[in-house]
This record gives sequence, structure tokens and C-alpha cells, in this order.
Amino acid sequence: MRYAMVLDTRLCVGCMNCVVACKTENSVPDGFCRDWITETVQGEFPNLRLEIRSERCNHCDNPPCVYSCPTGASHQRPGGFVAVAKEKCIGCKACMASCPYDARFVHPQGYVSKCTFCAHRVEKGLNPACVSVCPTHCMFFGDLDDPDSEVSRLLATRVHHTLLPMAGTKPHVFFLS
Amino acid sequence: MTEYFNYRNNPEIDPHLHLWGWEIPVYLYLGGLVAGLMILSGYHILRARWDERSRGHYVTAPLLSLALLSLGMLVLFLDLEHKLYVWRLYLTFQVTSPMSWGSWVLLCVYPALVASAMLTLSNALPRLTRLIPILERISRWMNNRESVVHAIGFANLGLGVVLGIYTGVLLSSMVARPLWNSALLGPLFLFSGLSTGAAAMHLLTHFRPPAERDNGAFTDAVISAMVHWIRPHDDKSDGSRKLARADNGFLTVELVIIALYLIGLGSSTAVHQSAAQVMVTGTWAIAFWSFIGGGVLLPMVLQFLQTQGRVRESSLLPAVLVLGGGLMLRFILVAAGQASGWAIASH
Repeated sequence: MRYAMVLDTRLCVGCMNCVVACKTENSVPDGFCRDWITETVQGEFPNLRLEIRSERCNHCDNPPCVYSCPTGASHQRPGGFVAVAKEKCIGCKACMASCPYDARFVHPQGYVSKCTFCAHRVEKGLNPACVSVCPTHCMFFGDLDDPDSEVSRLLATRVHHTLLPMAGTKPHVFFLS
Repeated sequence: MTEYFNYRNNPEIDPHLHLWGWEIPVYLYLGGLVAGLMILSGYHILRARWDERSRGHYVTAPLLSLALLSLGMLVLFLDLEHKLYVWRLYLTFQVTSPMSWGSWVLLCVYPALVASAMLTLSNALPRLTRLIPILERISRWMNNRESVVHAIGFANLGLGVVLGIYTGVLLSSMVARPLWNSALLGPLFLFSGLSTGAAAMHLLTHFRPPAERDNGAFTDAVISAMVHWIRPHDDKSDGSRKLARADNGFLTVELVIIALYLIGLGSSTAVHQSAAQVMVTGTWAIAFWSFIGGGVLLPMVLQFLQTQGRVRESSLLPAVLVLGGGLMLRFILVAAGQASGWAIASH
């Protein structure tokens, strides 16, 4: 089983509901966020193309953060979740320096924190908090190894991309465009 | 035209990464300096006869290394955000993490340095060995066994090389920072460490101890420990000249590696080219070229003139410039490397 998230950039309006839901669900401290909105505008006026994305840790298949962690605090869990065991984290920030997406931050309590794909909800059969609150239903979550899952079908039929594929990290967050 | 907006504003991450302040560059610098001192000491232990081994600045180098490495470890500890969990480093070995390798290497470096210091302890700290006679006996036992002396020499030489290279590999393994994505950072930091190590040895040859006074056993031992760290070299001019020559060799190799490093980045992807530009022509250009001019080229010329007898051999300037340059190199690479990134360059 390999969990993945698919986001339809044609439906996302950048309302930031996902950001607020994540902060509430995971008690993310003030001044920090585990997911965020980016916008890329390309072209020349009036021929412009706008892509709005809800971004987060990409739970990479080939995660540099896990490889650089000196204590094993950053690890991959079954299902492809990239997680941080806070009781093992020494706060050396090597994982943050090696993440091309800058998806991690130092929690005020000293350990490194980031998106968990809401593993605690997924284990109960629920969607991650961000996916469950999206008002435009632009976010999908499921198993890449199941060809009948919604995420597999979307990726099989729609043009999509990942962030910074040239970094070689094999992200598990896909953007439909 | 491409415009990119990011609504994230996480501390230490945005607008660009600035995780590591002064602590990491200082740690990398001290690690490199100690590596240089270890390699030079190890080489000296293997090459020198007993009577040569037990006098001069090489006597004090292991003690100086121990002090500098401990300072480096303290600085590294200060950088940790979850300090009380530091012991977690030593409950595991993560084969893919250079930081894990480094933490275990540092653990091996200490005994090698202590053993190296023990070889010459009676000359480095005579009052201490008189105070604790067993130290003198251990030192004599070690010196009487050539195999032990050789093992200590090889251990210092080998661990010095590993420590020096590790400080560079630590940065080069960070996939996300294009400026650091070069295997040449390992040898660059090794040779920079060797040049600063030779410069530190050079400085040691210049200082003379203050007048020693009889202040009672303990005070005497402490004062002895302090003044003997800066004990003068017996045949000063010859030692200085050799060190100046060695230092120029190390600086030449360092300069060649820097050139290859920049050529490597320049002939790589656009992301790597823009990372190199930040250092060579961008925000860090003044600091970088000041380092090349004042920390490498100028001391090279001065040391060359010293070996030719055209500049006073007692001049401390070249050694001070090399030591300052080594520190500057770490600060520039750590800061400019953090400012470089795939995301910044590709949007």
C-alpha cells in the first residue's frame, strides 16, 4: 500500500480551508503551517495561466530527509508515510536542509515537525483533514497500488505533474493540470 | 513571464532557508582545523625520532586539538534545538547519514588525540606528570613500544583525513541545496583544514611562555598547562620555513579544488549555475573574493617571500590570514548554500 494525494489545480481556488483544517486538526502552533498555498502565474497579459496549489510534505518515495537523519527520527512508515518520531529527534535540522520543498519546521518544543498525511485519521479509515474540508473537492487521497482507487484512476486519465521532479525524490503528491 | 507567490511564512524557512547561523560554520571550521592538526601530528609521529617527537610545537598540538574539538562539540550542541535528546545520536548508526558517521568519528577522534597527547605529556605538561606520576609511567610505556607509537600515528593520520572530509560531505549530501551538491566539498574542507592546521602550528612556534612562577602544586600545574600550549619551538626558523612551505602546498591544492568546484557547478544544470552565481557574482561575491584574495592568495605570496627570506620569518600575518580565511570559507559556504535551492531557482 502506497498512499498518495492528488490535487486538481483547475478546481482549487486557494481558499486556505485546508491550511486552517490542518492547523486545527494537528494543533499546529501559531506562526507555523504544515500545508500552504502557492500560486504560479505564467504568460503575458492578457494570455495568462494561473495555477493555485495546496502544498505540503510530498511523502517522497526517495526521501532525502530520511537519509540525512542521524538518529532515525525521520523514517518511512508502511503505507509510504514519511514521519518524524519526536522522541528521537535532536533538532539538528539536517532533514530541513535536505528537503527540496522546505516542508519541515522546528516546532517550538524543539523537535522537527511537518505534514503527516494525517496518519492518525487515515488509520481510522478517514481522509486527511485538509482533504475532508475542501469546499471545491479538489483534493483526493488513496492508495496508488490499487488500480481502482480514485487517485490511481485520476492519474491514469489526467495530465499531472509533481513538484521539482528533477530533484529525484519521487513525490507522492500529484497535481492535475 | 513567471510570477510565483508562496503564502507560507515558517520561521527559519521563508523567504529562504536560514537554519544554521554562526554555530555550524564555527563547528565545521574547528573540525577542519583539528583534522589538519591531527594529520600533521600523525605524520610527525610516524616520521620523527623520539628525541624530535618529544619537543617543539608538535608536543602541544594534541592538547590544542582536544581543546578546539571540545569547543567545536560545544558549539554544535548549542545549535541543536532538542538538546536534551542529544544522546539519541549514540543509540543508533544511520549508514546514509553523514551526521551519524560524523558523531561516531568524533567519538573515535577523542581517544586518538588523548593517546597522541600521552606520548609527549611529560614535555607538554611536566608539572602535571610530576603531580600524577602514573601519567609519566603510561607515557614512557607507550614510547618504549614502537608498534604503539606507530598505531597512534596512523590513527591520527587516518582519523584526521576522515574528520576533514566528513565536514565537507556533511554539506554535500544535502540534495536540496545545489551549491553544496559537489563531492569536491570533502577534499576542499580537508585541504582547507590542513592549511589552517599548518597555520595554527606556525603560530605555536612564535609564542613564548610567560615567566613561570612557583604558585604551589595545583596552580603551578594549571599555569604549566596553559603556558606549554604555547611553548616555543626549539629550532624555530627551520620549523617555520617548513610549515610555510607545507601551508603554501595546501593552499595551492585548495585553490585548484575551488576552481574545479566552480567549474563543476558552472557546467551543471541552471539551478547549480544560479547557486554558484550567488557566491561568485551575487550577494556573497564580496565576501568570497575577499576570502580568495586575503585568505588564500595574499598569505601564499607572503609565505613564499618568507621562505625566500624576503619577509621576516617572525611575521604572524600569513598564519592569521590563513586561519581567518578558513573561517570565512565556512561562513560563506554555509550561508550561500542555504540561500540556494531547487524551488527558488525553478520558479
